[in-house]
Amino acid sequence: MSNYDHEQLSRLIGMLPPAPEAWVQAAQELPAARRGLDQLVARAEADAAFRAVALADLERALKTEGVEPQPRVVEELRRLLAND
Amino acid sequence: METPGDDGQAAARRSELIAHEGTDAALVARCRAGDDDAWRELVDRFSRYVYAIAVQGFRLGQQDAEDVFQDVFARVYERLGSLRDDEAVRPWIAQLTRRVCIDRLRSGARESDADLDTLPDVPAEDELTALEDAFDVHEAMAELPANCQQILDRFFARDESYRTIGDNLGLPAGTIASRISRCLDKLRDAFEGRNVPPAPSGGQVT
Repeated sequence: MSNYDHEQLSRLIGMLPPAPEAWVQAAQELPAARRGLDQLVARAEADAAFRAVALADLERALKTEGVEPQPRVVEELRRLLAND
Repeated sequence: METPGDDGQAAARRSELIAHEGTDAALVARCRAGDDDAWRELVDRFSRYVYAIAVQGFRLGQQDAEDVFQDVFARVYERLGSLRDDEAVRPWIAQLTRRVCIDRLRSGARESDADLDTLPDVPAEDELTALEDAFDVHEAMAELPANCQQILDRFFARDESYRTIGDNLGLPAGTIASRISRCLDKLRDAFEGRNVPPAPSGGQVT
């Protein structure tokens, strides 16, 4: 049986402050972002003209796909299309 | 299996503990099945833990900590299918976070030509153990009434003043201190209930 007093409990509560909201939100949107990226890459593989348009404006391409163009996601799309 | 001196209450607490451990496995299973809500829940559940390991354990700056945070959850998302024991998701995430933090420190040391064998910011095991205890306390907090969860979290984890807490929760600021004390009593009961000693050797709890 533990013998935690108020001071110890309060210290332990304080050790886990919330992570910044934007970080949490970005991580939570990961599945949707991955799906959007997959769809964009699939279209780019099948359509060279679309690939050129997407590469020219990555943020717009993501928004069109319903994906929030966070810097990390934009960078990932750039990398995927470059490897395409 | 009943232990000497065991009572129904302790058994009930163990059952609650087992039921709770089951929720991690259930959450992982839902994530693996492609349930976006489950993924949001998983991120919500472990976000403070990952953040604390990076910032308090490894003392990373905000930029490095953000990179680690996103990298950890990206890896969790990608590798959840390879997790052997769904109930072990918490230690798995902790280990993954430590590894990513160490990689980040090594990468920073490499860029600055520092000695890679001496990474001064790797935390002592005690610090990481304390974060595990903190996670357990937060888990116990989740069993308290909502008003207690709010008051304790706002005061101790978010550093809000009595006035701010009172304004946000519609409570007289003068009553916050006594409410905190009562909520800490409830938390201690809940926490101790979650930490019932295991059954003796060979006594798998059923």
